[in-house]
Amino acid sequence: MRIPEQVKRLAIVIGVLVALTLVARFVLIPRSLTSTSLHWSLTTQRESAKPVKFAGSTACQDCHDDIAAKKAKSFHRVLACEGCHAPSVKHAEDPSAAKPVIPRDRTTCARCHAYDPSRPTGFPQINLTTHNPLKSCSTCHNPHDPVPPKVPKECAACHAQIERTKAVSSHALLTCTTCHKAPERHKTAPRTALPSKPDSREFCATCHGQGRAGTPKEAPKVDIATHGARNLCWECHYPHLPEGRP
Amino acid sequence: MNKREFLKGAVVFIPAAGVLGAVARHAAGKETAAKEPAAKQPAAAPNAKNGYEPSAHYYGMGIDIDKCIGCNLCAVACKVENDVPDEPFYFRTWVERYTITRDGEVSVGNISLGTAREPMREPVQDAREVVRTFFVPKLCNQCQKPPCVQVCPVNATFTTQDGVVIIDAERCIGCRYCIQACPYGQRYLHPKTRVADKCTFCLHRLVKGLQPACVEVCPTQARIFGDLRSHASRLVRFRRLNKLHVLKPQLNTDPKVYYANLDGEVR
Repeated sequence: MRIPEQVKRLAIVIGVLVALTLVARFVLIPRSLTSTSLHWSLTTQRESAKPVKFAGSTACQDCHDDIAAKKAKSFHRVLACEGCHAPSVKHAEDPSAAKPVIPRDRTTCARCHAYDPSRPTGFPQINLTTHNPLKSCSTCHNPHDPVPPKVPKECAACHAQIERTKAVSSHALLTCTTCHKAPERHKTAPRTALPSKPDSREFCATCHGQGRAGTPKEAPKVDIATHGARNLCWECHYPHLPEGRP
Repeated sequence: MNKREFLKGAVVFIPAAGVLGAVARHAAGKETAAKEPAAKQPAAAPNAKNGYEPSAHYYGMGIDIDKCIGCNLCAVACKVENDVPDEPFYFRTWVERYTITRDGEVSVGNISLGTAREPMREPVQDAREVVRTFFVPKLCNQCQKPPCVQVCPVNATFTTQDGVVIIDAERCIGCRYCIQACPYGQRYLHPKTRVADKCTFCLHRLVKGLQPACVEVCPTQARIFGDLRSHASRLVRFRRLNKLHVLKPQLNTDPKVYYANLDGEVR
């Protein structure tokens, strides 16, 4: 039987359409659009390949083991290095390429330690406007081992006022025994066995003398030979609150 | 050329052009090359090279409200790690302050709002009027029955084997259905890519064995991250030692972010 010409032509057209559909379905459409498992694995792959910015504290410990050991025993033991020092994966990969931030301002510590009524009770907080204004936190506190400046209980039991005054002064980190030698008997007979006071101008000059070697750089300097020549330092300056005017 | 010849030529040319074009795309497009091996074993493929096995993990997070000090480090770290826009209304995670006053009024503020990555600190209320006040960190709850996944019209979002809901940014059409569907308000439309974006538990860090950025920087360990499949992860221990709550349990979303010491007022 002879197939009519119209049917043949129709068959060709249908064949072409089927071929086009097959090409579109299997060649043009990406496989990830038709296969769910492929789509999911590709998306996961893409998501997993994103770059990391925080290297993680374990990466820091490899080189800075001294700081890590100190911090591990302090109140800040669970803090991540990059919480304060900013994300530093570049520094971890190549230490000379980028340096982490060392925050010396008052805002970094204040993020956690500024007073906020919603913070849990007992969390150490300060009032930023009254707590040693304008002074950098690291002047008195070591961020890797933050201990509040403390006066020994033996001294503070009687000399509480000095303790409170000294705590907000630039001498906060000095211990009582830096300047005073108290005989053991001072505890039982405070008025008969007095502690010593610095008895020479040289004593204060070890930190405040101009042109001396080994003086702390934040201490203000005076020329000890010409400055207030006839008096001992503490006769004009109050060492427990040296900011106070003489 | 008459009409008949033209049509004959077209019948041959159009499919041929289609095939040739596809072959050219095959050769040029790296996507097909990368796809083929992955297609054979989609389960282990993504990160088989560094020995990460997604089906061996099932991630969740624990949050201890009593430990959160509202320092906002998590929200800041998240923005850096995930390239979230700096504008103060795009967040993958943020911290809310709840204040409950004597007259029963509950006020909620997002302290992650504010400029220059500085948390917003509203003026202190009269302390005598405040009954309770605390911080609540919020992030994608990585629900086990996620409403956002159900509504996606193009299947662009799904749950991975390790229990993280992620979005295919290349397939997402930006229709915002998922943003509407999330009962926790965790999705936003990324202003640059114009597709939905949300917390992924920092999946790119997990596959490298790191913790999510927010957990990494949290100074008080208010955020605990771990593997629910493991028998000894910190999260499993957290779940054993605390009385837990999830957000909006009545919605039956089965969140995997567990809150300890959560106040009844938290929504």
